[in-house]
Amino acid sequence: MLDLVLLLDSALRLGTPLILCAMAGLVSERAGIIDIGLEGKLLAGAFAAAAVASLTGSAWAGLGAALLASALMALLHGFACITHRGEQIISGVAINILASGLTVVVGIALFRQGGQTPGLGAAERFGPITFPGVATAREIPVLGPVYAELLSGHTLPVYLALMVVPLVAWLLWRTRFGLRLRAAGEMPAAVDSAGVSVPWLRYRAVLIAGLLCGLAGAYLSTAHGAGFVREMSAGKGYIALAAMIMGRWRPWAVLAACLLFGFLEAGAARLQGTELPLIGEVPVELVLVIPYIATVALLAGFFGRAEPPKALGTPYVKER
Amino acid sequence: MTAPAVRLSGITKRFGPVTANDAVDLEVARGTIHGIIGENGAGKSTLVSILYGFYEADEGTIEIDGQAARIATSADAIERGIGMVHQHFMLVPVFSVLENVMLGAEGGFTLKAGRDETRAELARLAETYALEVPPDALVGDLPVGLQQRVEILKALRRGARILILDEPTGVLTPAETDRFFDILRGLRDRGVTVLLITHKLREIMAVCDTVSVMRQGRMVAHRGVAETSREELASLMVGREVRLEADRGTARPGAPTLEARGIGLSDARGVRVLEDVDLTLRAGEILGLAGVSGNGQSELLDILSGIRAPDTGTIRIAGREIDRTHPTDPAEMRRLGLAHVPEDRHRRGMVLPFEARENAVLGYHDGPAAGEGAFLSPAAMGQHCTGLMADFDVRPDNPRLRSAGFSGGNQQKLVMAREVAAAPKVLLVGQPTRGVDIGGIEYIHARLIALRDQGCAILVVSVELEEIMALSDRIAVINQGRITGEMAREGADIGEIGLMMAGVARRAPTAASATIPAGADRAAADGWVGGGGGGPVGAGGGSGGAGGGKSTGRQEGIEG
Amino acid sequence: MTRLPAWVEFGVIPAVNIALAFIVAGVVVAFIGEDPVAALTVMVQGAFVFEGALGYTLYYATNFIFTGLAVALAFQARLFNIGAEGQAMLGGIGAALLFLPLDAYLPGPLVALLAIAAAAAAGALWAAIPGWLQAYRGSHIVITTIMFNFIAAGLVVSLLSGPLIRAGQPSPETREMDPGARLAALHDIAAALGLEIADSPLSLAFPLALLAAFGVWLLVWRTRWGFALRALGQSQPAAVYAGIPAARMTVAVMALSGALAGLMAVNEVLGAQGRVVLGFTAGYGFTGIAVALMGRAHPVGVVLAALLFGALYQGGAELDFEFATITREMVLLIQGLIILFSGALSLMLVPLFARTLGRR
Repeated sequence: MLDLVLLLDSALRLGTPLILCAMAGLVSERAGIIDIGLEGKLLAGAFAAAAVASLTGSAWAGLGAALLASALMALLHGFACITHRGEQIISGVAINILASGLTVVVGIALFRQGGQTPGLGAAERFGPITFPGVATAREIPVLGPVYAELLSGHTLPVYLALMVVPLVAWLLWRTRFGLRLRAAGEMPAAVDSAGVSVPWLRYRAVLIAGLLCGLAGAYLSTAHGAGFVREMSAGKGYIALAAMIMGRWRPWAVLAACLLFGFLEAGAARLQGTELPLIGEVPVELVLVIPYIATVALLAGFFGRAEPPKALGTPYVKER
Repeated sequence: MTAPAVRLSGITKRFGPVTANDAVDLEVARGTIHGIIGENGAGKSTLVSILYGFYEADEGTIEIDGQAARIATSADAIERGIGMVHQHFMLVPVFSVLENVMLGAEGGFTLKAGRDETRAELARLAETYALEVPPDALVGDLPVGLQQRVEILKALRRGARILILDEPTGVLTPAETDRFFDILRGLRDRGVTVLLITHKLREIMAVCDTVSVMRQGRMVAHRGVAETSREELASLMVGREVRLEADRGTARPGAPTLEARGIGLSDARGVRVLEDVDLTLRAGEILGLAGVSGNGQSELLDILSGIRAPDTGTIRIAGREIDRTHPTDPAEMRRLGLAHVPEDRHRRGMVLPFEARENAVLGYHDGPAAGEGAFLSPAAMGQHCTGLMADFDVRPDNPRLRSAGFSGGNQQKLVMAREVAAAPKVLLVGQPTRGVDIGGIEYIHARLIALRDQGCAILVVSVELEEIMALSDRIAVINQGRITGEMAREGADIGEIGLMMAGVARRAPTAASATIPAGADRAAADGWVGGGGGGPVGAGGGSGGAGGGKSTGRQEGIEG
Repeated sequence: MTRLPAWVEFGVIPAVNIALAFIVAGVVVAFIGEDPVAALTVMVQGAFVFEGALGYTLYYATNFIFTGLAVALAFQARLFNIGAEGQAMLGGIGAALLFLPLDAYLPGPLVALLAIAAAAAAGALWAAIPGWLQAYRGSHIVITTIMFNFIAAGLVVSLLSGPLIRAGQPSPETREMDPGARLAALHDIAAALGLEIADSPLSLAFPLALLAAFGVWLLVWRTRWGFALRALGQSQPAAVYAGIPAARMTVAVMALSGALAGLMAVNEVLGAQGRVVLGFTAGYGFTGIAVALMGRAHPVGVVLAALLFGALYQGGAELDFEFATITREMVLLIQGLIILFSGALSLMLVPLFARTLGRR
């Protein structure tokens, strides 16, 4: 029982950056801008957070830097794709590679530790938030461990990530901004002829995506981890992309996909080196590719169908 | 005397070297229906785009209700009480009617309040103007006629007092068009000023109070409709007397060269697009297929040319029998002696970034025209292209020019030259003169007739009834995927063909569909005028509108 | 559409894009507190001047020619193959599956030929699947190829640390292949001819890459199949109208693209290293995207861009030795900038030049 709770607990922690990045991708792609640069923004955010936290001694300053760095990358993406109608995929690739290079180059220049930041102390990180009454609750069977281990004791970004999901759902389906944003992703000409600026809408969408990725990055290096290491995003941006597709660009379904992928990762870590009956030792690498295979299968329509927004990837040009 | 609703003075707009509008003046009185007519490319769309803030004029002034107005964006136009219904609908297919109407006028940051208010407003508008639509239906699921209604409602919801309609009837049947005109009259009678952009003289005569004629970017005349005639307007549009009748001579039909029997097709959503279509093409004869855009013509051309396989039915050509289980492909059809000038030459007929010499062998690139040996020969391609250009008088006659650099008429001539050069036994031609200037139209018509006289079997598919009448030896009419009538050209009656285009089968009128009573039920007026008792079979139109017009054909020729 | 004269489109604009990338990178270097000019000097010397430098530059360029051609070929058919990295990994596995069981029994050159074919075949297969999924199941090839990179990585790790691992040691790599089956190093060939050139990993894979570039040019611009490929790339509806089987072409183009990416493994496995080591692709597949964009998806451009990137990589390695604070990751930065300027922002300069040249 406790094992399962701990596994779920770990899944939530591993799922947090996926949730934030997938919501980022969702907002961007609902507005019609493909975002395969999630990975790069996540990495840039992680580096900026750890570097600034280390230099200033404040986790909050680190968070601010992460938001700024990732937002700048997002604006670069917007500049290329919205203002200059560039290929969105190419721009995303460029951002990912730029982030790979920049984080290490600047990291070495600042800290001379081969691209890492120094390990972060308690003040430079977001610590776990313990809910009231955890000690007593622990004694209650079933609900106790759930409250004490699964619900309580996470860092701030974890709770923020869980709040971001309803927020995004509300923003996109219950507000004027969301209605226009989704329209921009489906039929931008309709937005334009209604007297609303498509570029400005799309800029705001990529900016939101940038901020969310920045938060995810800060989580990686200053909450979940204690410092930045090279390539610490390790493909999480791409898994988030996969989760976004798996969830068919719908917030709650995307959340479920993120938690599932987080669960797979947590489970794979636990399976490492263990022998299972009948199967023998599980090749962990192959468990870890399940999200990718699932996404490929979904996209190929082997189960269900994933319909992206109609105008996704198409630069908006006024036509005569 | 009150100030006019719209006064444009000296509007000039240039796109690079092209002057789309050259010192255009226009005055539209309040509470009237004012038509702007002109050929394709005359500058009508540019002019109203300027009025709606899509473009800003390089020179000139705009006055709305006597007030000088600077309209830099669509938002400015909306604020001045101008609404526009675009030729390609500006609707989000996956949104409900309500959401589409709200978009841009939501009435607050959250949607709740605005939604209730819009719902009430829609009910009010429905009552006032007889514009009913189901507010919670997804727009993409609505037939085209209803989608258009949503567009009008959008404008009215924003308080439009001036309504611009850009080629609104292209996707409507004649009956739907009449019903649509009633709506326009209703709007006018309640004080709305309507600006109707069209290239169809019939519409000007039927519904407009006043009309302005544009030609080559200039405003050439203003008339009261009561004081003018179709003939006068037609010659004003083209700048000379028009000969709308090609000299067809006499056809000598020979043996059938292509026979289609019982062709049926369903689209991706399972809606029948074609139902039991029979056609026979004979050597030395032109068969014209008339119909409103989006009634299955495009799909039929796809099937006959081998691009798609039919769900049911067979095609017989040159001894080969084609059906669902024995499909063909365009390459095989070419080998069987069939050539195809597609409806949409920009998307299909040519690869626009290719050089002319490359497009000159497109579809025949496996043959000797592209070179004799295993490899392509640029020299052979160039030579072939030069030949085509000389044959069809394509200008400029430069085989190395990118195809996008030719005018519409010359592109069409190049495509036609390529297909004719293959010496086909069967030629399929979709919209032969769409976007082609008058001179080009006459030339292309003459060549088609000459080809017929050499014994080729020709199918002409056109949404321009005038063109069908001018070219055909035999006429078939298609509506909602069914052939609703077939007749010889001699003695064919335009009025009767119009009825068939609306789905009323020849000599078998049923009580339900023979006449459209005033205030006919909504389904009938919106394109579900299905003949007989079987209910609606096709919804070619249903898939056409909202997506922005991939399948809604543009009508760009002239109708005199 | 704005049209510029060819010398601007293919000469000036790429040069300006490179210059912009270097300027931005130079700003970063200056920001770090080093001298950009000194850094550039070191890179140029490291790439061309130092003993053996040119050999290394060409050795890197060989990888980039293959992956650049892979991306460029698919690009001509408007297919965006982001999966060259994974396809190259699989190419290595293909070669290993061939030489591991056979190199003890068959003559070396035959093993080499077969291993080259196996590398190409494995890469082709790994690319053909996303191609098939796009052509027949409607998947988006970009997403699928990204996912296939990760799946390939997982597969390669488990194979190299499992069935293919060299017995008796822990690191995930195969045993070395028989020396007779390896591609000859060019310095050995030169030595046999009596010429003395510096040692480098440059092997016969380099002329093979040039041959592949010529082959791609011939195929795409001088055959009927290539005509069909380009027609498909520029306008799918027109290609379908012309009777070109779009779905089959898509699979075939992707397979060929994957084969080219798989051949990258030949340079590393049969040439430089003689075995398959985990991570031997080292991001060269992604660099192929930059190379293809820079080279305007044309074989000549790809070869030139590959030489540029070869020089960057070799020169970048030199940075590690000369500077405490700038490392070869600088090259990654420049690479990202080049993709940005010549790919994502490719339309930025066109109006500027059009205005300057007085054309519209």
